[in-house]
Formats: sequence, structure tokens, C-alpha cells
Amino acid sequence: MTEAANLFAQQESNRRRSTWLVIGFIVFFAWVGFGGDLAFGLLTADAPPGAYHHVVPVLGIFTTLMAAGICWYSWRFGARQVLWATGAREIVDPATPEERQLVNVVEEMAIASGLPKPKVYVVPDDDPNAFATGRDAATASIAVTQGLLRTLSRDELQGVVAHEMAHVQNLDVRLMTLLAGMVGAIALMSDGMGRMIRGSRGVTLGRSAEREEGKGGNPLAIVLLVFWLLTLIVAPIVSRILAMAVSRKREYLADATGTQFTRNPLALASALEKLEAASAPTRSITQGAAHLCIVDPAPGLLASREGFLADALASHPPIRQRIIRLEGMGYQQAKREVAAAQPEPTLSAVPPTRAPGA
Amino acid sequence: MIAALVLLAVVVLVVLWIIGAYNGLIGLKNNVANAWKQIDVQLKRRHDLIPNLVNTVKGAMDFERNTLEAVIAARNKAVNATGVAATAKAEGELTQALGRLFALTEAYPNLKATGNVAQLQEELTSTENKIGFARQLYNDVATEYNTRQATFPTLLVAGLAKATPAELWQITDDTERAVPTVDLSTTKPAP
Repeated sequence: MTEAANLFAQQESNRRRSTWLVIGFIVFFAWVGFGGDLAFGLLTADAPPGAYHHVVPVLGIFTTLMAAGICWYSWRFGARQVLWATGAREIVDPATPEERQLVNVVEEMAIASGLPKPKVYVVPDDDPNAFATGRDAATASIAVTQGLLRTLSRDELQGVVAHEMAHVQNLDVRLMTLLAGMVGAIALMSDGMGRMIRGSRGVTLGRSAEREEGKGGNPLAIVLLVFWLLTLIVAPIVSRILAMAVSRKREYLADATGTQFTRNPLALASALEKLEAASAPTRSITQGAAHLCIVDPAPGLLASREGFLADALASHPPIRQRIIRLEGMGYQQAKREVAAAQPEPTLSAVPPTRAPGA
Repeated sequence: MIAALVLLAVVVLVVLWIIGAYNGLIGLKNNVANAWKQIDVQLKRRHDLIPNLVNTVKGAMDFERNTLEAVIAARNKAVNATGVAATAKAEGELTQALGRLFALTEAYPNLKATGNVAQLQEELTSTENKIGFARQLYNDVATEYNTRQATFPTLLVAGLAKATPAELWQITDDTERAVPTVDLSTTKPAP
């Protein structure tokens, strides 16, 4: 009951976060647009009557509509976009024994989690990694790399797939897929706007310099303009940090939930061990989709640290930490089973420290 | 007048509660039936796979006749089993017989090399896992159903909904129940 309530709370929180993400995204774009309009409006307000006055907020209308469009697109086609970007190919008819096994394992985990079977994809990449994407359980897809299939044993593969199913079940995939679409869009926009501003800077500065001679420009407009430019520069960094912050805590949680499906925490621990050992970057997975993966596709210096900086900049918690937690679960499980095998609570499992009379 | 209204409100509330509790029980009952169906599908698939496996390995393992016959006997027994407890027992025996067969195939490397056996083994392993996971689901759902119909106040409408306790799938197989021995001494730091 508490598990179910817990799951429900997680799903609810992910739904809420997804909504806020969309709202925040649109508000941000509206600020970029209307803020620019306002700045240009103030700059051109005291221009001579014949010159251009920026009155209609074209920029604002344009960027807001664009943001709404991007949200809709990410919602509708985000998963397909992510899969396409990694070059994943769907397994409809498994050709090799490895693919057969993968499809079987996904079916097993679908039963264990009580969800419909997600689509199965293989990414042609030699580095072991895996991710899940989609809006909800009905539209979810699970993708693993060729390297993962080759490296892991059946039990380990099951652990990894269970971890991904956990992301699907608690609706992490929805938030992550939306984020993937938006991070990409913000990066593009920042680049584009940056180019536009660099192109038009000569003109703007020229004009304000001209006015400076007259009666000294509108200070509010300058401040606004600077602030606006700052937003544009910081936006891609903030969006990246947001994507990572969102994904870090989820990994521990998905490890734990996945373990509830397989009841085998040690298999996932040893899978993570192997994933850590193969630290070469996963080339097929671009930065925009990094936060979707089970382990960071491009592990950097921060990958093995815990702390403020790593917390802010790494998309995944250190693998070591995850392995330790999983091994702890395995130990607890073994202990419970020992206890279950001996119904009366004797302390025989504990070595006799003080034998009576000795 | 007011007393009549209050009485009416109470009656309406009680009727609404009865409807809700009844529907809740029926919903759970259907969940149990559905979860059982999931197990059934996998059991059927397992029974269908075994003759294939036996035919494939028969030629190479002719002198392991006893093991093969044990598998076939266990399978036939499992096919004919009815009821949760009997099915659980028969399937447990089948799992054991299959385990012995697979242990023996390890001694025939060329048998595994042909691919077919490896493939069948993967299919059977997967089916067994699916049975295991479906069993978890079934037991969870059945437990919830049993608890709900036995606790107050849903207890009162249990008769109306014709709710009877669902049988849980007990693990009868000793090897499955066996606990791996854990040596705790190695995890202790050296003094």
C-alpha cells in the first residue's frame, strides 16, 4: 500500500513538474521576445518622428508561439526525435539470439511491473549504455546499445531493463523527454539569437552613440537590454543544469524500483560495475539526451565525485555510490531471507560471542 | 420533517457506500482473474515449448532417457493440473525436471553449439521468469482481494459480491525456497 502510494506520489510529482516545465519554458521564451521588444521600443521611443518606432511586439509574439510549438513538438514527437538522434533501430523481429534475449527480458519486466510492453530499440554503439523515452507507459520505448547486449549477462541485462522500466512507470520518461526536446531548442535559439545580435550590434551601438551626443540615452532601456542579453547567454547553461539536476536523484530511485521488479539488486550492481569499467564515451548519444541514460554517456572528471560542484554539473550520481546502495539492498535481502528461513528469532545467525558458562 | 430528511440522507449514503464497496470488490475479483490469466498464458507457452526441446535433444541424449521421460511426465502432469495449489505443485516439479535436463545438456557442448537448444533454453528460461513475475503479481493482487473482503466494513458486502478468498500461489518447490547460505564473516572488516 505504501509502495503504491509512493508510486502515485512520484507520478503526480512528475506530471506536475512536466506542466511547470512547459509553463516555465513558454514564459522564458515570452520574456526573451517581449523583453527584446520592450528594450527596442524604449530605445526607439525618443527617435525623431520620421524614424522607426518599435511599437508592435512582433518578436514577443513570434517567440511565444515558437515556444508553444516546440512544447507541442517535444510532447508529440520528442521520443521519436531522441531515438532518431541516437540512430536507434526498432527490433520488431529479433534476428540474433542476443536480440531475442533482449525482447524476452523486456517482456519479463513488463509483466513484473504490470505495464504494457514498451517498444524495444538497439543503438548501434559499442559502448554499453541504455535509456528509456516516451510520454507514458503506452508510448514508451526502451533502447540499449549493441555494446550493452554484448557485455552483460542475462541477469545483468534484466537489471538494466528493470531500471529503465522504473523510469517508465514513475513517468520520469515524460519529464526527461520533454526536457530533451527543450534543451535542444534552447541551445539552437541561443546560437541563432547570438548570431542575430552580433550581426546587428554595429547598427544599435551606432544609433545609441548618436543619441548620446544629443541628450543621453534612456538608462532603463540600457539596463533592460543588458539583462536581456545576459538571459540569452545564461539560458543554455541553466537549461543544461536543470536537465541534470532533474535526472540525478531519479537514478537512485529507479535503481531501487527496478530492484523491486527483479528482486535481484546484485545483478544491477554488477551491471553498473561493468558499465563503469567501459568508460569510453557513448558516441551515438548526444549531449541533449545524456540525462536519459542509465550511466553518463560522456563521463568526465566529475563522474566519480559527490559534492557541490558535481551535484550542479554532473547528470548522474557517481556509479560507485549507486553500486554501494544496491549492494546494501542485496545484503538486506539476504538477511531477511535468512530470518525468514528461521521463523523463531534465535540469534544463531550471529556467531556466539559469549557461550554460556564459558 | 428534519428527522425524515436526515434519515433519507443516511439511507442514501449507506446505499452509495454499498455500491462503492461492491464495485470495488468486483474490480479486485476481476484483477485476480486477470492476473491468473497472465500466469496461464505463460504456463501454456511453457508446455508447448517442452516437446520441441525434448525432440531436439532426444537424438544426442538417447542414454539420458530417464531424465527426458521425467520431463515429459512432469509436463503431462502439469498440463492436467487444475486449481491453484495443484498447478503450483505440478509446475514446481516441472521446473525441477527441466533444471536437471539443462544441467545435463551442459555436458554436451555440440548440442548447445547447434543453436537450436540454446534458443529453446533461452525461451524456456524467459517463460519461467515470466511465470515467476506473473506469480508475484497474482499473489499481490490476490492478497489485496483477500484482505479487502475479510476486513470490516467491506466484509459486510462480501457475501453480496460472492467474494471468496483467492488461493495464493505457494512455492512448493524446495529448491526455489532454499535460501543461499550467506557467509557474513567475509564482509566483516578485519579487526
